[in-house]
Amino acid sequence: MSTKSAALEKEMKVRTAKPNKRLRFYRCLPLYLMFLPGALYLLMDKYIPMTGLIIAFKKVNWRKGILASDWVGLSNFTYLFKTKDAFNITRNTLLYNLSFIVLGTVIAITIAILLNEITSKRLKQVYQTIILLPYLISIVVVSYLVFALLSSETGFINNTILKAFGADPISWYTEPKYWPFILVIVHIWKVFGYDCILYYATLVGIDHGYYEAAVIDGANRWQQIVHVTLPSLLPTIITLTLMAIGKIFYSDFGLFYQVPMDSGPLMDITSTIDTYVYRSLITLNDLGMSSAAGVYQSIVGFILVLLANWSVKKIGGEENALF
Amino acid sequence: MVEKNKSFQVGANIVMVILSLCCIFPFVLLIISSLTDETELIRNGYSLFPSKFSLDSYLYMFKSSNKIISAYGITILSTVVGTGCGLTMTILMAYPLSRRDLPGRNAMAFYVFFTMLFSGGLVPTYIMYTRYIKVSNTIWALIIPALMVNAFYVIMMRTYFTTNIPEAVIEAARIDGAGEFRILGTIVLPMSVPMIATMTLLIGLSYWNDWKNGLYYLQQNKSLYSIQVLLNDMLRDVQALKSGMDAAAAAEIAATMPSTGIKMAIAVVGVLPVLIVYPFFQKYFVKGITIGAVKG
Repeated sequence: MSTKSAALEKEMKVRTAKPNKRLRFYRCLPLYLMFLPGALYLLMDKYIPMTGLIIAFKKVNWRKGILASDWVGLSNFTYLFKTKDAFNITRNTLLYNLSFIVLGTVIAITIAILLNEITSKRLKQVYQTIILLPYLISIVVVSYLVFALLSSETGFINNTILKAFGADPISWYTEPKYWPFILVIVHIWKVFGYDCILYYATLVGIDHGYYEAAVIDGANRWQQIVHVTLPSLLPTIITLTLMAIGKIFYSDFGLFYQVPMDSGPLMDITSTIDTYVYRSLITLNDLGMSSAAGVYQSIVGFILVLLANWSVKKIGGEENALF
Repeated sequence: MVEKNKSFQVGANIVMVILSLCCIFPFVLLIISSLTDETELIRNGYSLFPSKFSLDSYLYMFKSSNKIISAYGITILSTVVGTGCGLTMTILMAYPLSRRDLPGRNAMAFYVFFTMLFSGGLVPTYIMYTRYIKVSNTIWALIIPALMVNAFYVIMMRTYFTTNIPEAVIEAARIDGAGEFRILGTIVLPMSVPMIATMTLLIGLSYWNDWKNGLYYLQQNKSLYSIQVLLNDMLRDVQALKSGMDAAAAAEIAATMPSTGIKMAIAVVGVLPVLIVYPFFQKYFVKGITIGAVKG
């Protein structure tokens, strides 16, 4: 008897589960429909190009189409890594990004702390508004701003500053030795406001009780910063830094292509993987080289993102990890 | 202590003022050089205190060249259409992802998120948009590729929905018989104004400031150049001149090239709307990016 009723109950469950599931699907259908347009866009704009990575392993013959073209194995890659460019662009991409990460983080945190210490609310607002300005303009306009400063004939630095000191004008756009500094300064100028606001938001959220306790313990302002502020910022620092490390194989194409004005003499020191891919694809029309460099970037970049996330989990715990 | 705090405040404010000046200075230089007399520019270079001002650059720009006016129209068109479509798709994507009870939610979130981790890069994208989905040399080149839906923004928005809209409110509306589209339109969106304002600014900016799509896909159709693409093109003309390719070509470019002042005037016109609109969004913007980016 009892076994029979259990069996009946089980059957009932199976019967009701099915329509329920269907019912739930119908009820959720509008939600799936909402998701659809964006999903289709991502399919076209992101997922289909992913399959195009096979181009790097082929010698593309447009008459046959990509799929039917002949496989050439790794020859595009051996060709790429034989050139000195491969080393150059990897070094540039990594070193620029490292200096952006280190300097950018230190500067953004310093300014955020400073901003937080200012008591006047109105001034705080004004500063926030102003330091975000450079973040909002296009890198093309930034190139014009840099040109207005550095142009050898009409630039502000040659004509006003160097003249005031009686120094000789410098031909900025042909002297590679200045460019690592220029690019780092320009990049940090453009983005520090944004990072600063992110850190500042964390600072505002810190419980005031910690500071009061620190003051009672006799901590001065500097000690408060070291023992309360910085530890509270740590999760944000870890997250933002690791996100940046995950993207260390990518660079802002505009910064490295536009700001140096595509200048030949500067190429060795200003070209990164992104500018290299662009130049070999569009200027040189070399599909093999550009797709090989692109795949190199995609794969190594992907591994770095995974590594970065894995190390956040190890260091900062699950809740700080990106996924 | 009070005395010390006062001197600290003065110090901190001085540093912030210097920083603010560094942020503004290039813009001021840009605006002043666009208002400087051309011969003065050639003689003394870009300067904060030119001895002779003139509006010639702006007059010339609007009188003699409808290239700039049409570029402006194209920028506005692509920004409005792109931002409208992009914002709608982003909201529609983020809302289902914010619903904890939706079956398959994790897989959907991963589908969006994965595009941030891995990408096909420029080469396959370029080939697809030029050979298969032929947007090149049409207005769609400025609207469709790369900008419309950004996984990061979708996740930012989803985070905002999950943290700011109580599930109970949605549940109550559903019990009252409201459909999902109605819930989204009449309950969720009005409660998300700061995030929507931020998103409008972010997507709008990415369209307004975009020059890459023009550089990649508009090589044969200069009539569709937007302001940024035009600026980019003129920048490259300067470069061609400077590298001293061959004298004849350089001279030809020099003859058709807008003069030094006009370039700066066009840059001003390209950047001015951003500077004007931004203060209105600023209040929401700071709130929006901090909510979405730190927690997301």
